[in-house]
Amino acid sequence: MSLLQVVDLHATVGETEILKGISLTVNAGEVHAIMGPNGSGKSTLAQVLAGHPAYTVTSGTVTLDGADLLDLEPEERAHAGVFLAFQYPVEIPGVTNAYFLRMAYNEVRKARGLEELDPIDFYDLLEEKLKVVRWGPEVMERAVNFGFSGGEKKRNEILQMAVLEPRLAILDETDSGLDIDAMRIVADGVNQLRRPDHATILVTHYQRLLDYIVPDFVHVLADGRIVKSGGKELAHELEARGYEWLTGVPEAAVA
Amino acid sequence: MSSPVEALVNREYKYGFVTDIEQVTAAIGLSEDTVRFISAKKDEPTWLLEWRLKAYRRWLEMTEPHWANIHHAPIDYQASTYYAAPKTTAPLGSLDEVDPKLLETYEKLGIPLSEQKLLAGVAVDAIFDSVSVGTTFKATLAKSGVLFCSFGEAVREHPELVQKYLGSVVPASDNFFAALNAAVFSDGSFVYVPKGVKCPMELSTYFRINAANSGQFERTLIVADEGASVSYLEGCTAPKRNENQLHAAVVELIALDDASIKYSTVQNWYAGDENGLGGIYNFVTKRGKAMHRAKISWTQVETGSAITWKYPSVLLMGDDSVGEFYSVAVVNGMQQADTGTKMIHMGRNSRSTIVSKGISAGRGQNSYRGQVKILPKAAGSRNYTQCDSMLIGNRCGAHTFPYIDVQNASSDVEHEASTSKIGEDQIFYCKQRGLNTENAISVIVNGFCKEVFRELPMEFAVEAQKLLGVSLEGSVG
Ligand SMILES: Nc1ncnc2c1ncn2[C@@H]1O[C@H](COP(=O)(O)OP(=O)(O)OP(=O)(O)O)[C@@H](O)[C@H]1O
Ligand SMILES: [Mg+2]
Repeated sequence: MSLLQVVDLHATVGETEILKGISLTVNAGEVHAIMGPNGSGKSTLAQVLAGHPAYTVTSGTVTLDGADLLDLEPEERAHAGVFLAFQYPVEIPGVTNAYFLRMAYNEVRKARGLEELDPIDFYDLLEEKLKVVRWGPEVMERAVNFGFSGGEKKRNEILQMAVLEPRLAILDETDSGLDIDAMRIVADGVNQLRRPDHATILVTHYQRLLDYIVPDFVHVLADGRIVKSGGKELAHELEARGYEWLTGVPEAAVA
Repeated sequence: MSSPVEALVNREYKYGFVTDIEQVTAAIGLSEDTVRFISAKKDEPTWLLEWRLKAYRRWLEMTEPHWANIHHAPIDYQASTYYAAPKTTAPLGSLDEVDPKLLETYEKLGIPLSEQKLLAGVAVDAIFDSVSVGTTFKATLAKSGVLFCSFGEAVREHPELVQKYLGSVVPASDNFFAALNAAVFSDGSFVYVPKGVKCPMELSTYFRINAANSGQFERTLIVADEGASVSYLEGCTAPKRNENQLHAAVVELIALDDASIKYSTVQNWYAGDENGLGGIYNFVTKRGKAMHRAKISWTQVETGSAITWKYPSVLLMGDDSVGEFYSVAVVNGMQQADTGTKMIHMGRNSRSTIVSKGISAGRGQNSYRGQVKILPKAAGSRNYTQCDSMLIGNRCGAHTFPYIDVQNASSDVEHEASTSKIGEDQIFYCKQRGLNTENAISVIVNGFCKEVFRELPMEFAVEAQKLLGVSLEGSVG
């Protein structure tokens, strides 16, 4: 059974249809890259999978380990192992990273019938996870993403992912806005967290990230549909040729 | 905003029960006879009766204030009773003899009155309607010379202190509600900390309105003598009733030279239902006087009441005196709050800090009203004000009314304000990390209020955080 199965997914915002029939199968152990022009629906797909209430699924199915995902509340999807690293991570003033992470971690544990960790045990776990993003403990006392630089926010998303150990990680342009060193750190983090029972969907505009995290499949999304799928060489081809040959529209004309 | 948040159900107000107990009440209505009745019930000396009567006559000439940003049907001051007390109140001071029903009530409210069960290090005065049920740890406190008792007992046992300080900060004629309180106040707490003494325990008063058709008019007087310090906390709840009940309290704080008073409030009166039926009208006058190098700090977490009208203030009379006001005010449903502070700088180099966090949800209306006045002689004084509002949903309102008046050139006032909205995106972010909507809102709001919560005594900070979560449940939509 595949880990994630998306079949003919349609989704709208208000009256506007944004996803126009997406089908995608992701098996455990795989890394899929999703590329495509601005406004083609990549973030929408990520948000719909995570259950953002702004989007309405009008038809199609999504299953995780064979079980319906669309029926679940966003937090239930998180408990089931769906993790979304946001393109624009949200700030939560006054709430420390340590507190937020422990709360999230324990909510997920509770939902899985596991015992919650007290602050001391959790701190030990955190120390390990901080190594993944090569951060010191100071960052844990800062408010969640508050006053973080764009790159730090992305790195914080990876830290959260490391702590929550999802089954399906969806990274929405986690590489955008990162300097070379930070991108290496993020990529190393993602690679460290790769496991045979775990899958990753990377939304990215840049081949560069895929040099570090080598995908098994690359999909091109245009105007709410997957217009082409291939292996890792497809990303190189896109880098060289752009999207026009796939979409039939000059790039600049896509909203 | 859309569905997942709207779907949250409103949890019951869990303090809304009524204790079924026989009571003694004053006849309905308000007249000189009512004032005499209350004074007689309490066996008061003539000077106090005269003080009350004078206040009553003053009150008759005054009109209800209408400048606050609140709206309510006219209050019929003749329609309720001004004194209600359980018939079985034990003789003063002997908690052992208190009616078990009352002990049970406080147990249910989470305030066990037996000293063994109490939070270590916290002494409690329990006020039930118009009388004090009992005060814990009195003996322990007496060892260090600290007086902590009901107001009634203070009048009997320490009349010279009461007479000296009563009305010295909030005169009987200060305002309409203060005058009403002066005329009919029933009980409250009294604290005196002698020179140089640091009060060894947290002191706290728990106010409970139980009787129907009655108001609560308590009076609290706290005096910290030179170099003394004390931390005091009040909590309040009331049963759910369909009519509005008036709570018009007066609190006076006196911090003499080098003294410090920290006064914290966790106010959770019944707020009325989601359509605005019932709930407490919380019209309260709180003020402190800080002498040389003295410090008065108000911290309030206001989550209950149909209407809150209160401005805990500091008269910074002494040189180098310090005034602080930390406030979280939450309105949900149809609640209205008009709250803030007054910092009146008279002493040189006096300093004040105001941190106000207003949270509006449902159809609630929240106003911050704050005055900072620096008189000519208060050279070198400073004020810092930070006033933040948070909106949850689209039907609520947040308003700010700052009044700043600086009358000398060497003083400095700094004012910062912000308004933010809890967005679906912030909630979604938390939910994506595994938190349910309730936890998400509570985390976001608690983060917003952090600067205030960290001013609360440890034992109560956790309570306050939980309370905030509960009062915002079902708030978004
Ligand atoms: N909440 C929303 N409300 C209105 N329109 C939306 C909303 N979310 C997405 N859209 C629209 O849907 C289309 C797809 O947006 P989406 O963010 O999914 O694109 P994307 O492929 O992630 O683009 P980018 O590469 O710029 O991140 C855009 O036209 C966008 O304006
Ligand atoms: Mg995007």
